[in-house]
Amino acid sequence: MSDRSLSRRDLFRLGAVAGPAAVAASCGWQGGPLVPKLRAISLFNDWVGEKILLSSTRLAPVYPHSKRTPPNLFPGYSITHPPPQLADPAGWGLEVGGLVRKPMRLTLDMLQALPSVTYTVKHHCVEGWSAIATWTGAPLSAVIAMAEPKPEAKYLRFDTFDSNYFNGWDLKSAMHPQTILAYSFNNGPLGPAHGAPLRVYAPIKLGYKLTKYLTAMTFTAERPGGYWEDQGYPWLGGV
Amino acid sequence: MTDDVPSRPEPKPEPAADSEPEARPAPAAEAASAPSSEPAAQPVAAAAVPAPVPAPVAAPAPSPSPAPARRPLVKRHHGIVRITHWLNGLLLLGMIGSGLQIYGAFPHFGPRGGPYLPNPWDGKKFPEGVRLGGWLAGGLNWHFALAWPFVATGLIYLLYMLTSGEWRSLVFRPRDVPRALQMQLYYLRLRKEHPPQGKHNALQKGAYSFIVVLGVLSVLTGFAIYKESTFPWLTRLFGGYELARYWHFWAVWIFIAFTIVHVLLVFLVDPASLRAMITGWYRGRFPSHE
Repeated sequence: MSDRSLSRRDLFRLGAVAGPAAVAASCGWQGGPLVPKLRAISLFNDWVGEKILLSSTRLAPVYPHSKRTPPNLFPGYSITHPPPQLADPAGWGLEVGGLVRKPMRLTLDMLQALPSVTYTVKHHCVEGWSAIATWTGAPLSAVIAMAEPKPEAKYLRFDTFDSNYFNGWDLKSAMHPQTILAYSFNNGPLGPAHGAPLRVYAPIKLGYKLTKYLTAMTFTAERPGGYWEDQGYPWLGGV
Repeated sequence: MTDDVPSRPEPKPEPAADSEPEARPAPAAEAASAPSSEPAAQPVAAAAVPAPVPAPVAAPAPSPSPAPARRPLVKRHHGIVRITHWLNGLLLLGMIGSGLQIYGAFPHFGPRGGPYLPNPWDGKKFPEGVRLGGWLAGGLNWHFALAWPFVATGLIYLLYMLTSGEWRSLVFRPRDVPRALQMQLYYLRLRKEHPPQGKHNALQKGAYSFIVVLGVLSVLTGFAIYKESTFPWLTRLFGGYELARYWHFWAVWIFIAFTIVHVLLVFLVDPASLRAMITGWYRGRFPSHE
């Protein structure tokens, strides 16, 4: 009897130790066969983030200029190094197309002629850092209204001249009043580090969704992937 | 009675029980691994029902006799408590592993360029063996996937506690302050007798209430980081984005410290409670109810 219950007790103890140990030993591990399932859950989280948590009218907090991050400490990421620059800035234009009634090509002058939005907001990087800056641009909703998307248009795809960087957005986030096509950083020029001549900006998404070095925005019926998203980063990137 | 450590110094309600030399009457009860086949603490009923395995001849009559009976086997933890306990613990491990993976992407707490909040791990990455996810995206996907069952098990546990009334034996209340003090004096050997207690002593109540609060704070600081633009008031509640990250990170070390002490005390003070948390059945020296 004593032997028997001893061995069972040992079994309990073994289980208490072995369970966590097995999990710990599998750490440093991406997930193996579970990775597709994890990404499916991530898409579900995106659905919750877009349909439930994101409000079309709730605004992200704005900050005074005194809270700005020193501009030299505001990181500027790009795929190409050094940051890509246009050979002919005067010849640049944003191609607006896809599932729209009025495809068009917008020059920087045309974008700057639209009513502008200026705000000082917090930038959230997926890495965990944050930084505050002032951005000025045309509301993306105004450009979307000009293009008149067809009813089947559900997403936006942004393309860039930064290598093969591209990105997909849901229309609800794109129509948010704080989502802009930005051409100014801290009341000055945008600069190559921050995506000149034009980038997407919004305080409601993580930095990797705020596509820089724009060349085109295309309305699609299918969800576009993205440079980081296709590698496994959350698609919505909502903040 | 092998589930207990025989060398416990604490006084017992039953004087003979401490030196009980394995005179176990009914092997059937102990051998059964399924709790449903345990006859529980119902000596009268047990006498009427023949045991599946014949009791040894020397066994005392299974009647409420004053014989030096071993402590009764009693139901201590409901299945919901046991399942959520172990699942939540395992999920917490995954949350911590993936969280430490995420931490490595920006191992500081403070604005870009500093100054950074005090942190022994500032600028450091955790060893691969304790990380889950392999890279930042993997860590994020694990963290946000496990967060659902982590919160769900926590809520199911709390819902059970509330509806069953079990919270009464767990919630630390003001009257538990002097009791906890007495219990601490006893553990420090400054008090001889074990203070009277119900299912849990006052220090346990404090610990188990605290850990629930810590769990809730972890979830809330997590949301404050995850969705600052959506819940700015929540982030502000924790002192802003960087402080929310900071508290979220410190919760990890408190969870780990709690778990170490928790497991140590299980083995040092009441090893029978381990069985109770696995099978639900308890044959230990503490009362199973208030």
